[in-house]
Amino acid sequence: MTSPLRHLLGIEELSARDIVQFLDTSEVFFDVSRRRVRKVPTLRGKTVINLFYEASTRTRTSFEVAGKRLSADVINLSVSASSVSKGESLLDTVKNLEAMHPDVIVVRHASSGAAHFIARHTRAAVVNAGDGTHEHPTQALLDAFTIRRAKGRLADLVVTIAGDIAHSRVARSNAILLRRLGAQVRFCAPRTLMPVGVETYGVEVFDDLGRAVEGADVVMMLRIQRERLTEALIPSTREYARTFGLNARILERAKPDAIVMHPGPMNRGVEIDSDVADSPRSVILDQVEAGVAVRMGVLYLLAAEAGQSPLS
Amino acid sequence: MAAENHDGAGARCVLDEQEITRALRRMAGEIAERNRGAAGVALVGVRRGGVPLAYRLRALLREAEQLDVPVGAVDITLYRDDAATALPAPHIGRSDIHFPVEDHVIVLVDDVLFTGRTTRAAIDAIMDYGRPRAIQLAALIDRGHRELPIHADYVGKAVETRRDERVDVRLDQEGAADAVLVSVAR
Repeated sequence: MTSPLRHLLGIEELSARDIVQFLDTSEVFFDVSRRRVRKVPTLRGKTVINLFYEASTRTRTSFEVAGKRLSADVINLSVSASSVSKGESLLDTVKNLEAMHPDVIVVRHASSGAAHFIARHTRAAVVNAGDGTHEHPTQALLDAFTIRRAKGRLADLVVTIAGDIAHSRVARSNAILLRRLGAQVRFCAPRTLMPVGVETYGVEVFDDLGRAVEGADVVMMLRIQRERLTEALIPSTREYARTFGLNARILERAKPDAIVMHPGPMNRGVEIDSDVADSPRSVILDQVEAGVAVRMGVLYLLAAEAGQSPLS
Repeated sequence: MAAENHDGAGARCVLDEQEITRALRRMAGEIAERNRGAAGVALVGVRRGGVPLAYRLRALLREAEQLDVPVGAVDITLYRDDAATALPAPHIGRSDIHFPVEDHVIVLVDDVLFTGRTTRAAIDAIMDYGRPRAIQLAALIDRGHRELPIHADYVGKAVETRRDERVDVRLDQEGAADAVLVSVAR
């Protein structure tokens, strides 16, 4: 890496070269997970803390498996979001964790910028595992990794991302990464689920899924969160499924070798039909496998740096 | 022992192209002799210097035994005893072992045997692929200064060096003959 990274807070801060180094390093760990002994001794004696303020079993488990396969000690801390005055309690938590000398803190938080805040107050390397509607860099890296394995490249691919874009840090991180590596990105959502200022993302914007999928190499469906119903952003799940759900008929408009992705957890029959989700074109489970490899790569590259630099 | 020629600024040549080929041919012969032929033998080169040597040994074994043995490569970065403190994070190469380790006598191939730490890491890496029948070690150059109880089964040439000297194995470089050079590190 040109200037070694201390933290992974967002894709925004990464150069194309940094991204490629993360992806290339992860290839090595992908192989490790398919061996007889799925573990290497590299991070023996290092401590990784998973600090989760939002429930997320799959992301937390993925980081936990990644840390363990590198022989790090992994500690899971789930903090209830209902605790008092957030800024203060977050700082207190970080100070407490700091006293345990962790090498890496993986943090998931409902507030955008939480990971950056922690990074300013710890000597450990910080990995953002999702902060509010801001970024989810390891998800974008694992998606890029999956696409690169399936297609052999990222440059010049057409990637359609559809669903609740407005509330999706996944869509944001993916759009930044994919564009940085030369892919063409399309967003598709009802207007109520499109973020403010989407014009500045450098993506093509659609409100018709069929047209958005036309000629695409990759179709990435995002989860529609049921709580959005109560916010009256979508009329009903049935209505949403009919106009914005991916089914076999709509997928026909994509390239014949197009792949289908979903970061999970899926609402079958809402944003994606089961026959599409379970078809040979679906790489949804490959994304899960890639997740462990990519998080091993991230932990490896950051932990080598951790504990070496003074508190900035 | 061949006369040691001097090459350029302070570098001495300890093996020239012909001598490298002869040494490797003898090593291939010893591998076949010790293992009663080449059947069941697999060569694993230690990245990066050991990999081209493993392929050369395979070609020599094919000549002598009319049998192609499997060749693999092992990268030891993740198994280094200083992995957690080495800075910056080194580039990791891929390990490619596409044959069942269990059924084979693995001959680890490295260009230079020095402290033995690389060999220790390579043995650990191979063990994580399975339990080989045996692991043997082939090194083109044994330069001494071992820090671990490790020795080579097949040696191209034992060379006396000072700890602060550099040993460069130059193979397949455009416009230059193959050679092993010893020089003072800068």
